[in-house]
Amino acid sequence: MLINHPLLGPRDASEFVYIGDATLIDRPDWQTEDADVQFHDYLYLRDNPPGEHRELWFHEQGDRSWLVVARNVTTHEV
Amino acid sequence: MIYSAWTILKEGLTGNRGWQPVWRDPEPKAAYDVLIIGGGGHGLATAYYLAKEHGLTNIAVLEKGWIGGGNVGRNTTIIRSNYMLPGNEPFYELSLKLWDGLEQDFNYNAMVSQRGIVNLYHNDPQRDAFVRRGNTMRLAGADAELLDEEGIRKLCPFLDYDNARFPIKGGLWQPRGGTARHDAVAWTIKDGKCIGVEPSRGAIRAKKVGVSVAGSSSRVMAMAGMRLPIETHVLQAFVTEGLKPIIPGVVTFGAGHFYISQSDKGGLVFGGDIDGYNSYAQRGGLTIIEDVCESGMAIMPMIGRARVVRMWGGAMDMSMDGSPFIDKTAIDGLYFNGGWCYGGFKATPASGLCFAHLIATDTPHNTATVFRLDRFRRGAMIDEKGQGAQPNLH
Repeated sequence: MLINHPLLGPRDASEFVYIGDATLIDRPDWQTEDADVQFHDYLYLRDNPPGEHRELWFHEQGDRSWLVVARNVTTHEV
Repeated sequence: MIYSAWTILKEGLTGNRGWQPVWRDPEPKAAYDVLIIGGGGHGLATAYYLAKEHGLTNIAVLEKGWIGGGNVGRNTTIIRSNYMLPGNEPFYELSLKLWDGLEQDFNYNAMVSQRGIVNLYHNDPQRDAFVRRGNTMRLAGADAELLDEEGIRKLCPFLDYDNARFPIKGGLWQPRGGTARHDAVAWTIKDGKCIGVEPSRGAIRAKKVGVSVAGSSSRVMAMAGMRLPIETHVLQAFVTEGLKPIIPGVVTFGAGHFYISQSDKGGLVFGGDIDGYNSYAQRGGLTIIEDVCESGMAIMPMIGRARVVRMWGGAMDMSMDGSPFIDKTAIDGLYFNGGWCYGGFKATPASGLCFAHLIATDTPHNTATVFRLDRFRRGAMIDEKGQGAQPNLH
């Protein structure tokens, strides 16, 4: 699987580390009343859709940047 | 239909025109007592135990493909109970005991072959960890034995003991572990207790609905408005050409993720890690194939001469702590079974038994009280690997 890096061009997926759903960028506000519920949902629950999925890849073997990749998880099309 | 050598001969001579379909292809009834979504191993086992233990007869199993066409048709057949954490170990031990008696129960050959499973260790800390694991297993009533290098040499003389990087120093041996025919449990349940129906055939009402669709759990539960602590990942497995008997049971590598056994037909069946990214594709990438083959070469270099004839990928429910769920949901009458990661096959009988118990009595079976959906909220994770909420690392 190739991932199109915005700066480095197409790179092999094995250079990257996969973290998960891109919603992990949006941390809940820890000062709200129901922060415990929000953090539980943020940390443990996932949409896990069968089609297009926005996800975080870390270019560990490259320029160590974080990418948000939109990928179809049924066809592996990036 | 009676199967015998005589029928095969007779049908062979008359052009195979007399075979009857084993299953009916019925229209669904309008209502059932219990509806199970998912006709894989776990769904069928649940229907079986609902009928056997709880006397329910008005049960339907709903399957979008063909029954037994999920991961029960595509696994590496290993059965074992070498878990460590409270809650997990008694459950998997119950499952192994059920495998023990399954053939008598069904009067069908599930080819349960308890030739043992050995987890190799390569250094002192690993040995200490296996001593602890072995003791924990024995406390839970399972069997475990620590073998030193001499013991492993007797068992598996073909391994590479002097590998410069990962010398084999011994292993944890569970003699009752082994393999079973991967799809036998699906074939045995054909006596009319469960009826296959297709969801496209209109609305069906049921008092209780059990969802057991590992791989597609999030998709199905999203229809009920629920988000799950699950990601779907792809796991690959490989089979070589048939070889003479060489591997006594199941052997796993301690310094990477690799496990291998030999099927009754002689093919070496092996696999390793999941690919590590969300996927519903049922096919994996080359990186993992390379990784699995390298691990195999590290412990048994002779595997390099075998040719791989088949490989495949399956969709796995990877949960946030690597352990499954058998629980009621917030919706009345809706029950959920899933999150089996890549270890659901060995759990099939116990999963069916416990899920049936939950559906029939509304209380969890006493060996499955910990597999709750709200365990993350309570901080009661069952994280065998200690990796945290990162499904691709379990």
